[in-house]
Amino acid sequence: MNVTRGFAGRPRAADPGLPPGQYDARDEWPVLSAEVTPDLSPADWTFRVDGLVERTRTWDWDEARALPASAYAGDIHCVTGWSKFGVEFGGVSLDAFFSVVRPHGSATHAVAYSHTGYTSSLPLADLTGGRAWIVWEYGGKPLPAEHGGPARLVVPHLYFWKSTKWIAGITLLDHDEPGFWEQNGYHARGNPWKEQRYSGD
Amino acid sequence: MREAGTTPAESRSAAGTDTGGTGPAGPGSTRAAVSAVPRTRFAVPGRIAVGEDTASTWQTATLAGVRRETPHAATFRLAVPEWAGHLPGQHLMLRLTAEDGYVAQRHYSIASPPDDSGHIELTLDAVPDGEVSGWFHTVARPGDTIEVRGPLSGFFAWPGDRPALLLGAGSGVVPLMSMVRHHRARRLDVPLRMVVSARRPEELIYADELGDETTVVYTRGAPHGVPVGRMTAAHVAPLLAEQPAGGWEAYVCGSNGFAEHASRLLVAAGQPVDRIRIERFG
Ligand SMILES: Cc1cc2nc3c(=O)[nH]c(=O)nc-3n(C[C@H](O)[C@H](O)[C@H](O)COP(=O)(O)OP(=O)(O)OC[C@H]3O[C@@H](n4cnc5c(N)ncnc54)[C@H](O)[C@@H]3O)c2cc1C
Repeated sequence: MNVTRGFAGRPRAADPGLPPGQYDARDEWPVLSAEVTPDLSPADWTFRVDGLVERTRTWDWDEARALPASAYAGDIHCVTGWSKFGVEFGGVSLDAFFSVVRPHGSATHAVAYSHTGYTSSLPLADLTGGRAWIVWEYGGKPLPAEHGGPARLVVPHLYFWKSTKWIAGITLLDHDEPGFWEQNGYHARGNPWKEQRYSGD
Repeated sequence: MREAGTTPAESRSAAGTDTGGTGPAGPGSTRAAVSAVPRTRFAVPGRIAVGEDTASTWQTATLAGVRRETPHAATFRLAVPEWAGHLPGQHLMLRLTAEDGYVAQRHYSIASPPDDSGHIELTLDAVPDGEVSGWFHTVARPGDTIEVRGPLSGFFAWPGDRPALLLGAGSGVVPLMSMVRHHRARRLDVPLRMVVSARRPEELIYADELGDETTVVYTRGAPHGVPVGRMTAAHVAPLLAEQPAGGWEAYVCGSNGFAEHASRLLVAAGQPVDRIRIERFG
């Protein structure tokens, strides 16, 4: 351990909800997108699931919102170091979309792509089983554009760069195809509890 | 480290894996089309490949000197003997460790140009009650050691190849200054222009180093005769009107509020969204 002379850090209580190397952002919700925030209205928004599926399907705003509502209440963790506790997102579980398109047994990975062109890549298993959502509400209000509104992906058990903003679709694949940050040196899975920030971690 | 044009990311995009329109592979598409990810509408390609080892290995950095820039910002010069080199614009991750093992880590842009062998410089704002910047501004002294890993991100990086238009505010000027310094040190011919926003003249970081390439916008108080106000279309439009051959690659850095504002000015003035790279400090 390389102790930094004279560094005590802020007074703290051990917080079991905080993954290693993270800090509590409290009321802040930093925005870190690398591209221009798009001017995307709900009427222009669509969401598609394609690739290794029985039946490709595109939902528009009303169709997606007609699916059974599902919410996530819990914590989120950003690779830049902040975590945010007790957030509430409202939308639809990805399972509801997948039950319509029916993924092939050969599908193992996914690329989540944005209306801006941003992509993130992740194992398909991280998107199923009630662990991933397409959301349009934050704290009961419409999701703000800079946070990915009208709708974004939320995969809260992985670092938040996986949770593609302005989500346009998900492509299911039988191999890993690195997304935007994954091509830029970030981890293929991004589990905050194992501190998988950069490839090689 | 490889230069742009040779990375898998860049060549992939050049190959154009799109299967038509903005959508990905259509129904009944072939196996090849299935692996297609839509063509990007922003600057998705990284500029360089980031080395796995440099990104994941913590190195000890020794504070070699401190230089005051403004009442609220100072530059910290670090000796990092094994530093792998970086490109202007890249950042690193830094950590401080307390006696009980508690660790605080933050990202900081690299202010120095790449050719500063074995040394890098960071410029930190003193954030009120900031855990890490507070230590640097009140405790740190030459000889102290900290840990760093990097350089990180091949996206907000400029190898010096394309004309660069840089917009920054506050400490957002830090990675842009690395680009300006690189441009000067290498005597590059490629056009480079910078517009920086500061609250007041005394808060302008690197004031003595800014040259003809830079326009300064003051938001709260300005020298006599200079207008006070936010960056506007009037600052950006003339630069886009005098486009260099091949167009500008735009780099925007600062708070999220500034990044939103400046990127909208660029888009409104005609800069393509896929030639705008943004680094937000959160
Ligand atoms: C890619 C990137 C590059 C960056 N480059 C630079 C750079 O070149 N220069 C630079 O100056 N900054 C840069 N930053 C910002 C930097 O990473 C830090 O966010 C900044 O230095 C603040 O860190 P801190 O530890 O000093 O403050 P923190 O301790 O993180 O506090 C930030 C604010 O939140 C409040 N706060 C947070 N938690 C608590 C708490 N538990 N109790 C009380 N108050 C709290 C503090 O009072 C303070 O106002 C960059 C950020 C990114 C993402």
